[in-house]
Amino acid sequence: MRFTKKDILDIESLEPKEISMILDTALGMKEISERPVKKVPTLRGKTIVLFFQEPSTRTKLSFDTAAKRLSADSLSISKSSSSIVKGETLIDTAKNLEAMKPDVIVLRHPSSGAAHLIAKRVNASVINAGDGIHAHPSQALLDMMSVREKKGEITGLKISIIGDIAHSRVARSDITGFSKMGANVFICAPGTMIPTGIEKLGCTISPNMETCIEGADVIMMLRIQKERQGNILFPSEREYSMLFGLNKSRLNLAKKDVIVMHPGPMNRGVEISSEVADSECSLILEQVTNGVALRMALFYLVAGGGRHADSD
Amino acid sequence: MQTLIKGARLLDPGNIDEKKDIFIKDHLIEAIVDPDDIETKTYIETRSDTKVIDAKGMIVVPGLIDIHVHLREPGHEYKETIESGLLAAVRGGFTAVCSMPNTNPVNDNSQVTKFIINRSKELGLSKVYPAGSVTQGSRGKTLAEIYDMKQAGIIAVTDDGKPLENSNIMRRALEYCKGLNIPIFVHAEDTSLVDGGSMNEGSFSTFWGIKGIPNAAESIMVARDIALSEFTGAQVHFCHISTKESVEAIRQAKKRNVNVTCETAPHYFTLTDADVKDYDTNFKMNPPLRSEEDRQAIICGLLDGTIDLIASDHAPHSVVEKDVEFDMAAFGIIGLETSLSLSLKLVHDGFLTLEELINKMAKNPAKIIGINNDIKQGNIADLTIINPDVPYEIDPESFKSRSKNSPFSWMKVKGRAFLTMVNGKVVYLYGK
Repeated sequence: MRFTKKDILDIESLEPKEISMILDTALGMKEISERPVKKVPTLRGKTIVLFFQEPSTRTKLSFDTAAKRLSADSLSISKSSSSIVKGETLIDTAKNLEAMKPDVIVLRHPSSGAAHLIAKRVNASVINAGDGIHAHPSQALLDMMSVREKKGEITGLKISIIGDIAHSRVARSDITGFSKMGANVFICAPGTMIPTGIEKLGCTISPNMETCIEGADVIMMLRIQKERQGNILFPSEREYSMLFGLNKSRLNLAKKDVIVMHPGPMNRGVEISSEVADSECSLILEQVTNGVALRMALFYLVAGGGRHADSD
Repeated sequence: MQTLIKGARLLDPGNIDEKKDIFIKDHLIEAIVDPDDIETKTYIETRSDTKVIDAKGMIVVPGLIDIHVHLREPGHEYKETIESGLLAAVRGGFTAVCSMPNTNPVNDNSQVTKFIINRSKELGLSKVYPAGSVTQGSRGKTLAEIYDMKQAGIIAVTDDGKPLENSNIMRRALEYCKGLNIPIFVHAEDTSLVDGGSMNEGSFSTFWGIKGIPNAAESIMVARDIALSEFTGAQVHFCHISTKESVEAIRQAKKRNVNVTCETAPHYFTLTDADVKDYDTNFKMNPPLRSEEDRQAIICGLLDGTIDLIASDHAPHSVVEKDVEFDMAAFGIIGLETSLSLSLKLVHDGFLTLEELINKMAKNPAKIIGINNDIKQGNIADLTIINPDVPYEIDPESFKSRSKNSPFSWMKVKGRAFLTMVNGKVVYLYGK
């Protein structure tokens, strides 16, 4: 099978067999990061632009590391250093980037659909590194990779996602991805954080935290955004933690071999207790390691092997 | 100057529905002639200065009126000018439009009102009946000089696009306007519930990750202003109704004889939020495209008379406002040149009779703005000739509007305006 997608914009547009192919490729990439010399020449001469219009440490660093391990030239621009602050439109900025002939543009942007918008206008492959509250496909893929690695397969697992679903692009992509791969996804959050019609993405809304994690194979905790605290979504971190925090006693409701995930950055003591975060069932740091491999796979598939080098 | 329109069906609901010829002299309907009255016809036709229009298979109706149009001039001429807007209007079959006051400067004083009216008179295309703003600068604080604007020619007041949030100011505005016998056109929206949303709140907004606007953002204000109309007795006209709850609230209010009327726009009975795809900003307007259930409620409202009329909410925007991220894009779509064709679909699909449609696009709008467009001898000849069955594809390149922001581009439709006549003058003839 050849990977034929030009862009990675969301999970919705990926077929299950394409997802499997990405995960398989990522598994192969993982070994490169274990070598003493962590670099292969696969994407030598390719240019990857990291265009981040929102603050990011982990994701940006992960994409950058992935590019460098494949020997691509990566360069990054951020909102403050781009002409966006001078009033240039996103499309104009993207066209200007395009004129410098990059092979891949990785975009993070506060508006949902921003990656879709530029993907239509540029020849370079566009990888969505998070658009508004819409999608974060590379995060969902690395989550699937981590779960599959740990559990053997995704089909039939009970995946529980708890937290601010409404404002989480990670949640949307995870729900879509895991349900596409045959898992049973359950979500739980205060009513203020459950968006209308979320069930249609492929999940069940649990009435409370206990029901949600009972018998779960995977628990995924989402970050409660402290910056939204002045908002009206929940009264206090204290009360949030009482209702939706993952602690040791709640964890006992899940399967014995449950794994706990978090896309980071964590608020210890709010959505997740330190005890759980640092426990053996926590897969949080493994997610970060897999993130690099997964993003190497994406670069390889859109700019290296699948689409160009292997073609006829 | 005189014109004879031959061979058409004359349709003016409640007044005439017959195959008759119509003779227009100067700006007036001179005579409605029986096709068998050969003697009179020959007399008219043989006069050298008579222009004869063969309208066989067509329908002559009272001039269509679109009471919700943004002409953008003064101030936003890069989106639309009075001229380009009126060229679009006549192409769409409209002999008159009401222009919304959110220009720059805002139409909150008689000087701006006069400018708009004088400019439209110079052009001699569709007539313009401007709506003035309720409050100075549409800022929702102090009443504008509504009487002075009325003297200059406004037919309604509205803070369209900037809803009057303060209920007490709304109450006072209604009381004041009641005395002046001028309606308030209400853009019903609780902006605190909109909260930065840019499409209908539902499973589709969740799917696309776009912040939603709930139905309640509209229906809450509809309920409030029904209460205030009932309390003050003043006339309220609700603009661009989009939700089933609003339709039901207005239905009940009308049963109690509250002094309310309302309009909807073609997109609310043609499209739903399921049509918002790939972040296409031509599907972004306010209120947003709602659910299928709402769409059907709108059609029911049109059927049972709850919704009095159809207006396009023609809102031109350039690529500068539209070719951007969805949440950053301006709200609004153009509609003058597609409104009739989309509304005729309700007739073709058997929802409305042609009579009902003409009531909603010509007669009821005329009542609201206080004019008489009956097809009667001695009346001003503002007429639209409709070619009801001609199939065509909506081509954005053919738009006379300066903007192209339409979700209906390349849609296949049936029926369009064949001719538009204002003051006895042919201002639009299909293909010319």
